[in-house]
Amino acid sequence: MAAKRKTPVKTRNPDLIRGVGKYSRSKMYHKRGLWAIKAKNGGVFPRHDSKPKSPAAAEKPPKFYPAEDIKKPLLNKRKSRPTKLRASITPGTVLILLAGRFMGKRVVFLKQLTSGLLLVTGPFKINGVPLRRVNQSYVIATSTKVDISGVNVEKFDDKYFSKEVQKKKKKSEGEFFEAEKGDKKKLPEEKKEDQTAVDTVLIKSIEGVPDLKAYLGARFSLKSGMKPHELVF
Amino acid sequence: MPFKRYVEIGRVALVNYGKDYGKLVVIVDVVDQNRALVDAPDMVRSQMNFKRLTLADIKIDINRVPKKKTLIDAMEKADVKNKWENSSWGRKLIVQKRRTSLNDFDRFKLMLAKIKFWVVFNVLKIGIMLGILFPIPMKAGMVRQELAKLKKETAA
Repeated sequence: MAAKRKTPVKTRNPDLIRGVGKYSRSKMYHKRGLWAIKAKNGGVFPRHDSKPKSPAAAEKPPKFYPAEDIKKPLLNKRKSRPTKLRASITPGTVLILLAGRFMGKRVVFLKQLTSGLLLVTGPFKINGVPLRRVNQSYVIATSTKVDISGVNVEKFDDKYFSKEVQKKKKKSEGEFFEAEKGDKKKLPEEKKEDQTAVDTVLIKSIEGVPDLKAYLGARFSLKSGMKPHELVF
Repeated sequence: MPFKRYVEIGRVALVNYGKDYGKLVVIVDVVDQNRALVDAPDMVRSQMNFKRLTLADIKIDINRVPKKKTLIDAMEKADVKNKWENSSWGRKLIVQKRRTSLNDFDRFKLMLAKIKFWVVFNVLKIGIMLGILFPIPMKAGMVRQELAKLKKETAA
């Protein structure tokens, strides 16, 4: 390959209108310096003959020919990326949860995980919502923001929230009829510490704003006369 | 019941329909039985059907179709903006706008303020009724205090 220029050249032959260049063939010959290339090469254009191909390795005939043509699967260039985050949701936004156990709770948004889910915390001491993942579609973003600068959420990702893998126990006949012992799953101490680590900083910045703590502790509900399409959140 | 507010040159009106909804405009000329030429400092002079206008109590002193600058000066002289904002209609509109623009957090704070106010109010009311808190002659002053509180809260 010829050496590439560091900066690509803008066309030397600007268009007068589409299909008609400003300079004629002979002018362009001189502009492009083809005469210099010829002179360097003894009066002819340099020829670049293709290199002789090394003999390809002898292909063995395949052992198996399928009876019918196998279809090639279509090309898939899809890149998986997290759901597009609404512009109104930024770290520190107060969100209203719309579904699930904590329906109506006002909660602080921390960050978006790679799966697209939102990492959210109550804080736990204020309204009982722990570090939790929440889907963007089940959330109303309010315009209230909390200062989240002191909080470190680097360590939380989707793996942190995965369920523990239960080891399969081989049951003998007698045990089949015994009620399955439901061990109360204790929350590991580590998760409790993570929760307090995130929350203490948050609570400090929340207490800086008057009434914000009570606001986060209260649930949201539609009252008589409230029209959701007219409410400003 | 005779009419009190007339369509005349210089009558200030509120637009109640359309692209310019909520704007205060001045009637600058009458086109025909149904339409007026209407102008405001922040809009291009245009025609508008009278049905889109609600006449206000304010009138300014201008000639037919004044220049924009003359119009603005006349509006300043008549102090249309302040007269409007201090009129009961104007104040109501301002309160309405404030109410619709309330944030979820603002609504929460308003609720807290209302609860606080009414708790105090009711305690004092019962106190007065039972004659415990203050002797009866002080009642008028008390009422005025409650009204002042109410104004302060709802103004927030």
